[in-house]
Amino acid sequence: MTVYAAIGALEQGLVYGIMVIGVYLTFRILDFPDLTVDGSLPLGAAISAVAITSGLNPYLSLVFAAFGGFAAGAVTAVLNTKFKILHLLASILTMIALYSINIRIMGGPNIALIGSATVFDPVIALGVQPHLASLAVFSLFSLIVMGGMIWFLKTEFGQAVLATGDNAQMIISQGVNTHLVIIVGVGLSNALVALSGALIAQNQGAADVGMGIGTIIAGLASVIVGETVFGSRSIARAIVAAVLGSVVYRLAIALALGLDLGGFTFSPSDLNLITALLVIGALIAPNIKKKLLAQ
Amino acid sequence: MKKLIMILSAAAIFMATGALAASPIISVNQFVEHPALDSVLKGLQDYLKDNGVTAEFKVHNAQANMGTATQIGQQMIGEKSDLLVAIATPSAQATAQALSKAPADLKRPMLFTAVTDPVAAGLVDAIDKPSEFITGVSDLLPTEKHLEMVMTYKPDIKKLAILYNAGEANSKAIVASVKELSSKFGFSVVEATAPKTADVYAAAKSLVGRCDAVFIPTDNTIVAALESVIKVGTQNKLPIFAADVASVERGAVAAMGFDYYKHGYQTGAMAKKILDGAAPSSLPVEFQEELQLQINLKAAEAMGAPAPEELVKQATKIYE
Repeated sequence: MTVYAAIGALEQGLVYGIMVIGVYLTFRILDFPDLTVDGSLPLGAAISAVAITSGLNPYLSLVFAAFGGFAAGAVTAVLNTKFKILHLLASILTMIALYSINIRIMGGPNIALIGSATVFDPVIALGVQPHLASLAVFSLFSLIVMGGMIWFLKTEFGQAVLATGDNAQMIISQGVNTHLVIIVGVGLSNALVALSGALIAQNQGAADVGMGIGTIIAGLASVIVGETVFGSRSIARAIVAAVLGSVVYRLAIALALGLDLGGFTFSPSDLNLITALLVIGALIAPNIKKKLLAQ
Repeated sequence: MKKLIMILSAAAIFMATGALAASPIISVNQFVEHPALDSVLKGLQDYLKDNGVTAEFKVHNAQANMGTATQIGQQMIGEKSDLLVAIATPSAQATAQALSKAPADLKRPMLFTAVTDPVAAGLVDAIDKPSEFITGVSDLLPTEKHLEMVMTYKPDIKKLAILYNAGEANSKAIVASVKELSSKFGFSVVEATAPKTADVYAAAKSLVGRCDAVFIPTDNTIVAALESVIKVGTQNKLPIFAADVASVERGAVAAMGFDYYKHGYQTGAMAKKILDGAAPSSLPVEFQEELQLQINLKAAEAMGAPAPEELVKQATKIYE
């Protein structure tokens, strides 16, 4: 792995890390398996790309993207809470509907952003090298989102979100409207996913309707890798671990891309297999360490 | 003894650097494993081999994931190769973006290939004005020639169906131009879309009874599930025409086309020019000149549309 590829992996890990915090919120805290994210990530990208190409400020486009994501998540949650559709199915329905909606928003399957204004421009204007500017911007955004999420979960409403996931019966008896909590929680999760999608699109130079495929897989893998490798004793720790898990996941891909074992050459089509093996390695390493220490 | 080792290692280093200078390194960012895209890569490699360039290839495949394509773009910048090649639109955009962010000493020439609309994709400003580092080969389809062939084959078509994935930029462009040309050829257009390969069979079935023939553009989703379309065509005597010749061997009636191996071969010729020192900005974006006509007589029979004699004579390849 070259230094350049490692910086790239770090940058990707941080920006996808914002999405992973969203997945952590639904999957672990609300106990709501939400597949909407495969649609809300490109939704954020689409909204941001349309906003930028029609002359809006790239930072402002992120706000629109996040609102769009919130709406998508809220639709899933309303289908689940008010219309009693199973959460998995509700999220699948929203996800497949978003495929068509995203094409509508973009007026086609792909909008190029190469050479357009992006959130990195002000940083580059300060004299930061372009390939480090993304890293700086994504570090800032993931720090803000991590801090914001930790703060949010300490507020009264955040506590209600935590309690809804833990023991819905108990919190209902306390007089809390769990439907509202779920709608806001799933909405917030998808707002983060859409924000992540908007940043990804600006970084990769295009919003594409196909860019959401596999988001939930990367999200779940990152959450679990984070928990296993970095621990989840407190909420704050688990949220930081989710982002670090995302970085580990992207480093595994970068490592797999640059792998060169002497005479044995991997075929390019082995990439997903090698990535999976490296992630498995990261998952069982703490276990092996514990066993060795016990002996 | 020490001296001998020193001389030997010095010789080894000398030979290694000598070998490096002789064989350029080419990094490839391919979007997905796909018969057409694989042929592009093979054509590129074969052209260079046939013309005495022994290049070392670092091939990466994003396995249809855009996030991975972005990482491959960054990986390739770090590989400090002599030429970057990107196969298919998403990979080309990811590579171009990585290139635009790379520090000046890591910038390399880049060739895109199998990209239908490089201007809309943001890769070049204009076809005849490539950018400082980027040029390539477009696989824009000569739709008019295709429709001409289809109408010569089966002049009584009143309703022509197009089966495609509305999520693919390439297909949208082709569908738009088919619609534009429909009045000239005197047919109306029926559309069916499938967002995933799993939906292709149902989409093809929905066309039965609503059209006289089906045209499949160079659509990655539909072509990947071509066999299910062929099955519907055979069962309902509905002739299936394709836009890429590889589909004819798999059971489509006929295609004008596009041989992606030749597409890659043409890309190889551009690659050699750049490796020989030409600046990408001096090489306008190229299109595939040569078209082939392939006909599958067995499929034609099965779908109730025997091939007219004049087309059989023109065909470059016939499957029986």
